[in-house]
Amino acid sequence: MSVTDQTVASGRGKVRAGRPGAVWALPAVLFFTFFAVVPMALAFYLSFTKWDGLGDPKPVGLANWQKLLDDPRLTQSLTLTVLLTAASWAFQTVVALLLGVWAAGRQRNRAVLSAIFFVPFLLSSTAISVLFYALLDPNFGIIQKDTLGSSSGAFLAIVFVGGWQFIPFHTLIYQGGARQIPQVLYQAAAIDGAGRYRQFFSITLPQLRHTITTSTVLIVVGSLTYFETVLILTKGGPGTDTAILPYLMYEAGFKTYDFGYASAIASALVLAATGLSLVLIRLTGFGGMRSTREGM
Amino acid sequence: MESNRGRSTGSTGTAFSRRWVLGAGASALLTTGLSACGSGEGSGGGGDTITAFVYGDDAVKVQAAAVARFNKSAASKTAKGKVKLEKIPGSDYLPKLRTAMGSPSAPDVFFNWGGGSIKAYQEAGKIVDLTDVIENDPVLKNGFLPSVLAAGDLKGRHYGIPMRGMQPVILFYNKTVFAEQKIQPPTTWDQLLDVNTKLKKAGITPFALGGSDVWPELMWLEYLVDRIGGPEVFRRIQDGDAEGWGDPAVLEAAEMVKELIDDGAFGSKFTSVSYVNGGAPAVFAKGKAAMHLMGSWEYSTQLGKFPDFAKSNLGWAAFPKIEDGVGDVRNVVGNPTNYWSINPRTQNKDAAIAFLKDCASEAYAKDLVALGDVPTTSNAAALLSSAPNPEYAKFQYDLVQQAPAFTLSWDQALGDELGTKMHTEIGKLFTGKSSPSEFVSACKGLK
Repeated sequence: MSVTDQTVASGRGKVRAGRPGAVWALPAVLFFTFFAVVPMALAFYLSFTKWDGLGDPKPVGLANWQKLLDDPRLTQSLTLTVLLTAASWAFQTVVALLLGVWAAGRQRNRAVLSAIFFVPFLLSSTAISVLFYALLDPNFGIIQKDTLGSSSGAFLAIVFVGGWQFIPFHTLIYQGGARQIPQVLYQAAAIDGAGRYRQFFSITLPQLRHTITTSTVLIVVGSLTYFETVLILTKGGPGTDTAILPYLMYEAGFKTYDFGYASAIASALVLAATGLSLVLIRLTGFGGMRSTREGM
Repeated sequence: MESNRGRSTGSTGTAFSRRWVLGAGASALLTTGLSACGSGEGSGGGGDTITAFVYGDDAVKVQAAAVARFNKSAASKTAKGKVKLEKIPGSDYLPKLRTAMGSPSAPDVFFNWGGGSIKAYQEAGKIVDLTDVIENDPVLKNGFLPSVLAAGDLKGRHYGIPMRGMQPVILFYNKTVFAEQKIQPPTTWDQLLDVNTKLKKAGITPFALGGSDVWPELMWLEYLVDRIGGPEVFRRIQDGDAEGWGDPAVLEAAEMVKELIDDGAFGSKFTSVSYVNGGAPAVFAKGKAAMHLMGSWEYSTQLGKFPDFAKSNLGWAAFPKIEDGVGDVRNVVGNPTNYWSINPRTQNKDAAIAFLKDCASEAYAKDLVALGDVPTTSNAAALLSSAPNPEYAKFQYDLVQQAPAFTLSWDQALGDELGTKMHTEIGKLFTGKSSPSEFVSACKGLK
């Protein structure tokens, strides 16, 4: 409230130059509070209750959290989630980085191709998953193998489909990042006799490190909440071999109707995702906002 | 819970956005969201219009016709109420019903599978005990096959009125393939293994199986356990004794399943084949697999997707006998039918009951028959000659009519929580992640 008052007060007086008032952030803050903070707080509250969705939630203290720690499926889920995150990061980062740097060139064909690359990102995850589910059909699809029925096949399919959808987005980020790199650096390097590879590893990559951080945080947090693809492609199967944490949460909530336990898993995920992104930002020095153009 | 016509868990069109899932724990918000796009005004409150939630597949035409008929009827005027039907896509049905029932816009009448599927509602006082209503009303009391009425019971009390066709699990076979290979549908287990050998030699997978959905796999265990140990084995588990999983019949059934898998009876890719997206029915209809153990809705599925196959090449038989088993070969597993139940919070119970009576009418039964279903009404037998395939309808009716025991699909009988956990264990057994003995001990630990 004081923020608003202050802004109004300052607005009434002299016009402040340069910075808009905090009131400009109000709609976003309200939306975020209503659609993110409130549901999260409710989920956190529900994690201390037992609720089957019919009666009223009954407080059970730490029982759900205890159950979470004792759940043998949690270890498997966590491992899978970490593996999925790592594999998605590696796949998406390598491809998107290369594509992005390539697309940062100015030729006309690159602009056209970049626009085409971006198409998968415009489709909904559900549509993409349904599409790949049909393509991977063991009897009538294009790859007539037991892809989704084998553990490694199902896992790789999830990584691939996720990559197929999100690589365009990260490519766009890298394209933007690469275009920001001053051309003089490349000109100087060329004079010194550096070849294309040397230029890539000594100029492009270091200059893109903040872009890499941004993209990494997005991929990691995104992979932690990966869900639709798993639900549609494998339903956590074969057996429980692709039952990552969000799927475990869905199952607890909407198949066994144990909303308290599902909320505990959800809360744990929020905590993990927040913690992880903080760690990433700290480790990479992204929070320091140091300039990428050191030495310029 | 899963074993129903076209039942899919999110394999079609359900967009669960990330935010939505993160907020899933906060179902309080979700509930408001669902009800906002759900039943609208008048449901749960107001005496004029009552809302009925129904599983929205092809068979919903019958309920839509019933609603139209009822809204014009004298009974509707007497009860001062009309019915509004909410057709909910199959994959969303259960979660939507569950969240709506906890909200102010709960339906007055709702579709369910009886037995374990309504246990949570019964315990929460969200379902009307219809025992006395049925006892005191000749239309309802004499309108249905008693065994079907009883199959949806909880502890001997009726909570639902049968409202769809019977859905026994049947062994379907491809007549053309069988004729070409000069084989007969198996009536004993030895014959079945023999038929398998011949089919494999000819390069044909013996059985189609939608393994990625898990519930088609469950059908094998249901029949095997019943044939080996009789219906009492599962009855004990259903009544809450997890030690019942330790019955030798369960282990033997699991071992037989494993032998079938190792032997290639389901081919090598069944774990990624789905029933609900049409994969398994297509494998079967195209002759890649010779047989398909499936609920009676397989006929209408095939009729919709491969009409020529359904009309001329689709054969059916009862599940074979197992030589040293004690279970009666006439026993049936599957879903006796679906039921309508009433929410106690309804403002117009008279209208709800009057509407449910329509399910016992001849007009309603005729609509079901026309769709290829076999009604569970006592007048059904006389109507079967007008079915799209009277021979099939008669087979199904006799199968259920003569069955000494009709075991409700295990997942339905156990309810959502246990049923889901059991699915996980069955999935592990069929993918070879656990051995038959590990399966048994894991099931004993389920609670």
